[in-house]
Amino acid sequence: MATLVFKNVGIHSMAAAVPRKIIDNYRYTDYFSEEEVKQVVDKTGVYQRRFAEPGTCSSDLCFAAANKLFEDQNVKKEEIDLLVFISQTPDYRMPATSVILQERLGLGNGTITLDLNLGCSGFIFGLSVVYSLMERKSLRKALLLDGETRSRVYSPKDRKTAFLFGDAGVAAVIERGSKYGSSFFSLNSDGSKEDLIKIKAGGYRYPSSADTMREKVIDEYGNIRSDEHGYMDGGDVFNFVIKEVPQDIKRVLELSGKSLTQIDYFIFHQANSFINNYLINKLKIDPDKTPSTVGRFGNTSSVSIPLTIVSELKGRLKSKNLLLSGFGVGMTWASCQIYSPECHLSDIVEY
Amino acid sequence: MEDRFLELFRDTLELDGSQIDLNTKFRDLENWDSLSFLSILAMIDEEYDVIIEGNDFKNLITINDLINEIKKRQK
Repeated sequence: MATLVFKNVGIHSMAAAVPRKIIDNYRYTDYFSEEEVKQVVDKTGVYQRRFAEPGTCSSDLCFAAANKLFEDQNVKKEEIDLLVFISQTPDYRMPATSVILQERLGLGNGTITLDLNLGCSGFIFGLSVVYSLMERKSLRKALLLDGETRSRVYSPKDRKTAFLFGDAGVAAVIERGSKYGSSFFSLNSDGSKEDLIKIKAGGYRYPSSADTMREKVIDEYGNIRSDEHGYMDGGDVFNFVIKEVPQDIKRVLELSGKSLTQIDYFIFHQANSFINNYLINKLKIDPDKTPSTVGRFGNTSSVSIPLTIVSELKGRLKSKNLLLSGFGVGMTWASCQIYSPECHLSDIVEY
Repeated sequence: MEDRFLELFRDTLELDGSQIDLNTKFRDLENWDSLSFLSILAMIDEEYDVIIEGNDFKNLITINDLINEIKKRQK
């Protein structure tokens, strides 16, 4: 349970891009019966998602979000000294996508670029890395990009994952300033649970082959996928959330010296509404303080926290205490308590 | 505890009409699925502050097995 405290660093502005194509989850597939689909959709609360067109990558969504941010928020590209890109759906295995984005965005060759391979906790891990480097006063501004095309990852014939995931990209500019006060982070990892959420094939441990491409029935419910697809052990992921997330939120509040009632907004990873309702009940927090986009955009992995901020909190972030909490693949989980003097949010771009 | 658990079980899965008792094999219930599994895990955590991992849950067959597992873990 590593904890970190930063001073005088904060998020100046944010923008988001989502694909134009809307998936109506009730009509997503004929593979399952209407009744089965309705049961899953109603329980998870994911009614719509956005799917990127073939050929569109996470980086393209982030590129669109970053350009919107430069247009709207009076941020000078020349001042960006650090670019961090968070994704598990990068352009290539190499080079890192952040380097390619440096050139596409017209940032200087003096820019530090870093890719972070993280899922649902990624935005908070990413913020902690950016805040750490930004505390060193030699960097002027940082651009944090976070994108996913999770629609490509999961089998449409595996109902445990078929109806949950969507695509999106966000961009955030981080700067120094005494108005941001202190920020508090708790970051955690448990590799013993690596098998709970995984795409097994396609790396160097288990390279792609004809065999990894083969679809097979994987459980007593008749779900079908290949080793190239992602999978999720929903029950034990849920057990993990129950066990770790509420106490991590309490830990970060202890660190910041604030009570639950002093927090203006709790922005949780948008896994599904079943898990989010569970957290709201367990922590006994006001549902009005937990903005949600899971119904409209689904689970966009690391993007879901910043996407929810951009989508739901425009004009509502003046002098606010925020608590962010993300949890998932790894397993990794992270929470932070940050202060927003006035985070500038752009309207969501459709790409 | 048994009666209370049966009531909670029935409410959680919205089993209006179906008869259930301690010997009911819950996976045989008509609307049992992987989401019922999550709902039951959440209910057991909320009511009894007990977490049952998936691998152990697999070995539980009847509602009575669930109750015994909770009792065992509460000790």
